[in-house]
This record gives sequence, C-alpha cells and structure tokens, in this order.
Amino acid sequence: MEYTLFILLLPLCSFLLLGLLDSKISKTAAGIIGTMSLGAVTLLSYFTAFEYFTADRVNGVFEKVVPYNITWLPLGDLHFDMGILLDPISVMMLIVISTVSLMVHIYSFGYMKGERGFQRYYAFLSLFTMSMLGLVVATNIFQMYLFWELVGVSSYLLIGFYYTTPAAIAASKKAFIVTRFADMFFLVGILIYGYYCKSFGFDFNAEGFAAGAFMLPTALVLMFIGGAGKSAMFPLHIWLPDAMEGPTPVSALIHAATMVVAGVFQIARLFPLWIQYAPEAMTIVVWVGVITAFYAAAVACVQSDIKRVLAFSTISQIAFMMVALGVCLPGEHGAVIDNHASLGYMASMFHLFTHAMFKALLFLGAGCIIHAVHSNEMSAMGGLRKYMPITHITFLIACLAIAGIPPFSGFFSKDEILTACMHYSPVVGWIMTGVAAMTAFYMFRLYFGIFWGTENKELHAHHTPHEAPLAMTLPLMVLTCITLVAGFIPFGHFVSASGEAYDIHLDWTVAATSIVVAVVSIALATYIYAGSRQPVAEKLHDAYPRLHRWAFKRFYLDEVYQFVTHRIIFAYISRPIAWFDRNVVDGFFNFLAWGTHKLSHAIRGLQSGSVQLYAQVFLLGILVIILILIM
Amino acid sequence: MDYSQFLSMHAELSLLAVILILFVADLFMCPDKKSGKGVYNTCLPAVLLLVHIVLNLLPCASCGTTESFTAFGGMYVHTPMMTVVKSILSVGTLIVFLMAHKWLSREENLVKQGEFYLLTLFTLLGMFFMISAGHFLMFFIGLELASVPMAAVVAFDKKRYESAEASAKFILLALFSAALMLYGMSLLYGATGTLYLEPMGQALAANSWTPLTVAGLALIISGLGFKISLVPFHLWTADTYQGAPTVVTGYLSVISKGAAAFALFTILVKVFGATSYVEMWNEIFFWLIVLSITLANLFAIRQQNLKRFMAFSAISQAGYLVLGLMDGSAQGMTALVFYLFVYMAANLGAFAVMSSVEENSGKINICDYNGLYKTNPKLAFLMTLCLFSLAGIPPFAGFFSKFFIFMAAFKGGHVLLVFIALVNTVVSLYYYLLLVKAMYIQPNESPIATFRSDNYTRLALALCTAGVIFLGIASIVYNYIDALSYGLL
Repeated sequence: MEYTLFILLLPLCSFLLLGLLDSKISKTAAGIIGTMSLGAVTLLSYFTAFEYFTADRVNGVFEKVVPYNITWLPLGDLHFDMGILLDPISVMMLIVISTVSLMVHIYSFGYMKGERGFQRYYAFLSLFTMSMLGLVVATNIFQMYLFWELVGVSSYLLIGFYYTTPAAIAASKKAFIVTRFADMFFLVGILIYGYYCKSFGFDFNAEGFAAGAFMLPTALVLMFIGGAGKSAMFPLHIWLPDAMEGPTPVSALIHAATMVVAGVFQIARLFPLWIQYAPEAMTIVVWVGVITAFYAAAVACVQSDIKRVLAFSTISQIAFMMVALGVCLPGEHGAVIDNHASLGYMASMFHLFTHAMFKALLFLGAGCIIHAVHSNEMSAMGGLRKYMPITHITFLIACLAIAGIPPFSGFFSKDEILTACMHYSPVVGWIMTGVAAMTAFYMFRLYFGIFWGTENKELHAHHTPHEAPLAMTLPLMVLTCITLVAGFIPFGHFVSASGEAYDIHLDWTVAATSIVVAVVSIALATYIYAGSRQPVAEKLHDAYPRLHRWAFKRFYLDEVYQFVTHRIIFAYISRPIAWFDRNVVDGFFNFLAWGTHKLSHAIRGLQSGSVQLYAQVFLLGILVIILILIM
Repeated sequence: MDYSQFLSMHAELSLLAVILILFVADLFMCPDKKSGKGVYNTCLPAVLLLVHIVLNLLPCASCGTTESFTAFGGMYVHTPMMTVVKSILSVGTLIVFLMAHKWLSREENLVKQGEFYLLTLFTLLGMFFMISAGHFLMFFIGLELASVPMAAVVAFDKKRYESAEASAKFILLALFSAALMLYGMSLLYGATGTLYLEPMGQALAANSWTPLTVAGLALIISGLGFKISLVPFHLWTADTYQGAPTVVTGYLSVISKGAAAFALFTILVKVFGATSYVEMWNEIFFWLIVLSITLANLFAIRQQNLKRFMAFSAISQAGYLVLGLMDGSAQGMTALVFYLFVYMAANLGAFAVMSSVEENSGKINICDYNGLYKTNPKLAFLMTLCLFSLAGIPPFAGFFSKFFIFMAAFKGGHVLLVFIALVNTVVSLYYYLLLVKAMYIQPNESPIATFRSDNYTRLALALCTAGVIFLGIASIVYNYIDALSYGLL
C-alpha cells in the first residue's frame, strides 16, 4: 500500500505551492488547488480503507501494515523513525480527517469568499491536514510528537488568521501557550519512555522496563497531560472557547472534528500499554473526563455566543471519549485485552467518528448562520427557520444526533459509552447519563434560540437573512447523510480493543434510559425556550442569579489562570529570573563579547602579512608539538 | 600486463579524460572577438564534469558497499568511501565552475578561461591521487599536483597586485610545508624501511614509539594541517584568500581543504593506527582544534573585507571538520565526510553570492552589504540561509553536521573539546549574524544596485540552497555515508 505516502505528500505539496506562489495565481485557482489535492487525498484514504478492511484477517485481527519506515535520525541505540503505520484506528482517522477536511475546503469557497488572505487560508488548511494525517499514521511516538507540534502550529496560524483583530491574536497565543505547556509534559513522557524502553516504537518490549517498572505509568500519565492539553480537558480547556475567534470552518475542522481528538487518539494508540501496565492510572483519565464533561455541559447551558456553546459542547463530548477509554478494564481470563471488558475503547473510537461528523455539521451550520446574520450572539438570531431551510433541517438532525435520539448516529455511539460506564461503575454511569441529559438540553436551547423564538426585527430590517450558497450547503447535506447512516455501521467489526470482530449489541436498559432522559431534556428545552417569549428562563435566571453568572463566566477559571500567571508566576518567579537574566547572564555574555574584542585586538599583530614570520610560526608550531609529545 | 587495473581507477581516468577533452577543445575554440562573448562557454566543462560525476557514481551504486581493493602493487587504493568523497569534491568543483562564469566572461579573462578549467581540474586530479594513495610517494605527487597549479589559479588575475602577492605567499609556504612533510616521510622511512602506508603502519605498531617516528607524525600533520589551514599552520590563509579571485577562494576553502582532511584521516588511521600513536595525535589535535576554532573566531570578528572574513570562518570550520579525526573512529569518518558535504554546500553558496555581488558591483566589504536586502532580497535571503547553516542553526544542514561531528567526538570521550567547540559556535554565530544584520538592518544610503545574476550562478545557488536545506533533513545521505564508513577501517 505504498500509495499511502501520497496521502501525506499531496497536502504538503499544495501547502508549499500555495505558500510559495504568493500572489501569482488567482484566489479561485488557489482554492481549487487546495481542494483538488484534498479531494485526491480523500479518494486515496477511502481506497486505503477499502483495501485495508477487505484484506483477510490474520488470527481474527486486521494486521498492521507499515508501507514505509525509514530511520530518520540514528542516535546510537535509539533512533527516530519516520513512516506510515496503518491499523484500524489510523485508517479510521484517515477517513474522518480527509472527509471533514474536504467538506471544510469546499465550504470555505463560500464562507471565505472575498476575504483577504484567501490563498494563505488554503495553504494553512493544507498544512494542517498534512500534519494531522501525519500524526495519525505515525509509526512511533516521536514522529507523532513532531506532527503533534506541527498541528499545534497550524492551529495557531489559523486561529490567528484575522491577525488584525486583537482578540484573534490573543486567542491564538493563548491556544499555543496552553497546548505547548501541556506538550512539555508529553515530551518528558516520551523521553522517559524512550529512555527505559530503548525505543520510541509502539511495540513495547517488557524487558526494557524491568529496571524501572513504575516509570511506565508515570510516562503514560505525562503523555496524557499532553493529550489533555490538546483535547481541552479540564483544567487545560481554557484555550478552546477562545479559539473560536478563528474562521468558523477552521473551528469545524480543527477545534471540533480532528485536532482536539488528538489526545483521545493518543490514548487509544497507547491503549495496550495503559491496560497492560497502568490500569490503575486509568482512573485519572476517567475522573478528568467526568469532571470535564460535567463542567463543560454546565457552562454550555448558559452561553449566549453560539460558537462558544458548540465549543463547550465539544469539550464535553471529547470528555465522553476520554471517559470511555478510561473505563476499560483488563480482561478476566488471562487475555489482557478483552473486547467485552474493553468495550469503552470501541465506544470511544465510534463516538470519535460520529462526533466528528455531526460536530463538523453543527459548526458549518453555525457558520452559515453567522454568515447570514453577521453575529455570533443568540440575541441577533431567532426565527431563522423560514429564511434558511436547509441549514435548519441539517442543524436539527445534528442536534438530534448529539442529543442521542435514535436512529441518528450519536445515539449508537453514546449508548455504547454509557453501557461501558455502567459496567465500570454505576456512579460514573449515572453522572455521564446526567451529562448526556444536559447535552440534549443545551443543544435544544441553542436550536430554539437560533431557529425559533422572536425574530430580531431591528437587525433584519436592513438586512434580510438568506440561505447560504451551494458551496456551503452542499457540505452540510453530505455530513447530514453521514450522520443519518453512520450509526448503522458495524463499527465493532472494524475497530475494537483486541482487533477481533465484535458485535455491538444494544443494552436496552441503558438505551431506554438514555432515550427517555434525552427526550425529557428536549421537552424541557422546548418548554423553556421554544416560545416567542421565555418566562421560565427569565424566572430561573432571576431565582439563581449568582449560579447563572458563575456558569456564564465559566466558573471564573480564566480569571484564576490570570491571577496565577500574572500575580504569582510573573511577579514572583518571572521577574527575579528576568533580573538575573538581564544582569548576570547577559552580563556574562557582554563580558565575553568585550573580552573577545579586546583579545582579538591584541593578537592582530600575528597576521602581519610577512611570509618570513608565517614560516617561523609554522616551524615553531611543529617544534612545540614534537616537544610536547616527546617530553 | 593486466589492463583491468586501470579500470579500477575509473574516477581518475574519467577526470583525466575530461581534462584532455577540454585541453583539445581549448586549442580549437577561441573567444569571438566581435561579440565579446566566449564561444568556449561554461557549458562544456560543466557538462563534462557532470558526466564524470554520474559515471563515477554509477559503479558505486551497483557494487557492494564494502568492496575495496588495491591496484598497481598497492600504490593505488580504492574504497567505496573514497568514491563518495571524490564525488563530493567533483560536485563542489562543478558548482565553482558554474559560479565562475561571470568572472571568466570578463574581457581580460576571456582568452584564458580554458586555463582556469584545466588548472583547477589538475588540482582536483592531484587530490584524487592524494586520497587514493597507498604509498607515500604517490601521495606526495598527488599533493604537489594539487598545490602547484593551485598557485597559478590564485594568480589568475595576475595584473592585480593582490592576486600576485597571494599566489607568491601561497607557493612559498606550500613548498615550505611540502618540504617539511617530505622530511617527515623520510624520517618514517628511516624508522620502518618502507613507504607503503599499511606495512609502515604495521611496522610502527610492532615497536614502541621513538622520537624519530613522533617527529614524522608531527611533520605529516603539519604538512596537511597547512592545506586544511589549521592554526598555527594557517597564516597564509587570510592573505591568500583575500588576494585570490573570489571564485578561487571558494575552491580553496572547500575542495582543497576537504581533500586534505580526508587524506589526513586515511594516513593517520593506516600509518599511525596503533593505540600509543592515536593518543598522541588526539593530543595534538586537541590543541590544534582549540587554537584553530578560537583564534580564527577572534580574528573573524574584526574583519571588514568579506573574503578575509570568510578565510577566518573557513579556518574555524576546519577546526570543526578535524573534530571528526579524533580517535580515527568510523563514526568520526562519517561525521567528517558529512560535515564536508554540508560545509561545501553552505560555503560555496555564500561564495556564489559574494562573487555574484562582486562581479556586478565590484564590492567586497561587509559594509557594502548594508541594505542588500532592500535591493536584492533573494540574494540576501540565500546568503542568510548559507550563513545560518555555517553557524549550525537548525533546521539547516549545518546543524545536523555539527551535531553528528560533536556526537562522534563526544562518544570518544572528548567532552572538554566538545564543550570548547560548542562555546565557539556561539562566537561564530555572532560574526555570521553581523553580516546578516548588515544585509537586513543596517541602513545604507547607496546600497548595491539591484541586479540579476546570470543563469549559471543561479544554478549554482540553487544547488547550494538545495544542499543546505535537504542534506540535513534527508537522513538518507548521512545513513548512506555511515554505511560506507565502516569499509575504510
């Protein structure tokens, strides 16, 4: 399957081409180059998936395929490799990334029309896609890290795309710094792993860890911190809501469907290590996930900016995937990885897949709405259903999917997650069911707020909202189709913890509970928000003003960060270090520079230009050498 | 007689063929007086040299990686690694030819451009023999063949006072060092009774060292140290580099230095491979490297003339290059050859920019480069890339080559040496950045006017830039050299 190399090369070429050609081609041509290359990548990815999953199973599992693996940097025993690894999850990710990315490329034709830097935008999109694809097919943890950082950089570039807006610059900086901070732990984890395992590969050899057996869980937890940063887990989630300052299609691609699930993917990739050597440490993953899911859902219930609601919803949903990975248990009968005990693995990957599709759909829908009313605020919207029928229907389907209503895809994957949670511990199971209920509630609050309720006549007076162009609605329709059918994919046959085919069977008690809960929540949201006036909401708001304000302000976490960084770290740690740097470190180097200059002035006579002297020095040099050696 | 032995020295033979073809062509092609353009253009030698390179690489690619042999009773030795080095040197010469185009198209040079190619290629042939020598006489002939025509090339602008002076200094000191080296060989011959490298090595290993053999070692190192321009044998470098035509300076600073460094490595390993001697030359090199890097850096800071500046930069780079010689390990060999390759790309790139600027504006001082970015942004940018690579800033190739060479020395346990070298990279960064600062930041009321480089120079620049960017990232180059370096020992 050597052709998989082109999956990485095509976006790279398109990035270089668009980046280097500056203004020599028209905007449309730039968009077409980017989209065409992505289209080819998508076709190749589908073909790869087809070929991979139709190949014969060996011992009941799909074999790992490594079409390329070259040693990039040999360092004695250790070596950094670069290559392509195909296994069920990486192939699944190829599909997700290429599909969503292609949709975003097409969508951006409409959304970014007339923007300055159209070509730059497509160049960055290509760069991002290349990095993300490289991340998922990495053959070793170091390659993964390299692409991980590249993904971070392209995310930074795209969030700060509107670089004349201060908010966008601040948001891009924040995203970069927070994720880099987390990546530092990732790198330390990788180094510990490499030091003990004598390799950066995913194939783990147990002998390496005999010396420091307890170091593997440490390394894994450190890597998890890196993943938590990228996947916006509490308390490192603070960058994601701000990242919404980027163009909306970017939010759909990077901050909803692909990059933010990198942390989940990382844990899934290292899953055999976690379950085998650090099952206790997985509790951390579970509880970080549970807290994040609840926190983000609570905040999402009161936000008024539609992209922020979606951002918090993303955080909450990714936390679902994290929890699902965490609740996996080692198998009972000798086998370490057992499909039944590790149902969460499959559920998590399934949810990753379905979520990517419907969340991208929601974001792209939100993009259409923003495109129509030129505002992110819910107050500018309301009653839009008659102006934007296609957006309305697709958005509704996506809301139903995320709320977990059958037969939409979200129901199936979320149901598996809840089943796995119940199996792990009823407490976790019920909390997650509660969060699922909140999900249904805030999504329908959003839906009613946008499409129903009172129209903002004032705003619409001089600008009637209208349906988005075909370039934007087409991706919506495609993603809707996927959302409609994705739930019926026999996902367990392709991806499962042990690799053997696993039949998904619905646990009807869990399924019935979650459906009831979702329906009740939707009904509640309808009762509160569907009307043209919302007396209940106002009453609630008045009854608990403080709770509302706290939730609206995201429980003041950003302020806590501000306080810790500015008041404590900057004032008491950075300032003394800065002084030390200015005076002692710089002073030393200034002294060095001064001394060098003086010395260089002093010895200039040596280079006098007279050949006799040159020959004398030459001879003297030899004599000194001989004398030194013989003495 | 077995003529197949001649085939084994295909690199030398094909180069000789190139020289002969050019020699004959030179007789028939004379510059067109009316148009003022040379009929005999850079094209012919460049293409011939390219064919020569390709021909040389072909058998190397097909034969096994460890196939080495001797010919002519041990006078001539071949290892695959040598083909790599010879190819690198040939590529460097090709780049030099490309960038020499504009200079050779000057009116006064037009009639003698054939001489330039011939003389240069003769020195290259000399270096080939030097590298492949299995016998000290062969080696000495190669060495002389590489330096006598060199003096003529340095004096190529003979009407220019500096060029003649540079040549005189070069030839005087070259003869001086060659004589001393010859003396060293005679001492070794006296001690061992042979001039073949390997038997001499065995004889030296069999007995403990005597002052006689140590003097031989020191004299041989000094002779090649002269070519590599290591302190204290470096004093000719600055004057010669400054006086010689810019293109020739580029050639001197890379090709002749690289060949000498590799030849020195071979001789040291073959003749002085015994442990007691290895310790000795480690000690010598410790001081030579420290002195070369540090002193050259100190001198470089103060230079105003760009060629003189590059001369000291080259001495300092030579110090890093010789780091690969420590212990004579296989890893050191890989690092040395890789360093040479990367250094060639970066240094020749810088020289291509310099010669292009000199030919188009006649300016060669650092302060003339002030504001170059405003008028010639692409040239300034390429120059910056090359300087960054020379300074060893990632992700350029120079970073990787420095990294590998430091690691080779570090593995040998020369921690202090590596530390000193590292500190010196900071100093070198300072003076390379001075030039970058001049180009980008310093204001200038009368900057060098915008000009368009000729296509040959552009091609040379493209090759160098590709080298600076890809040699480091594409690990295959390093791995390939690495696979061969074990064949030598």
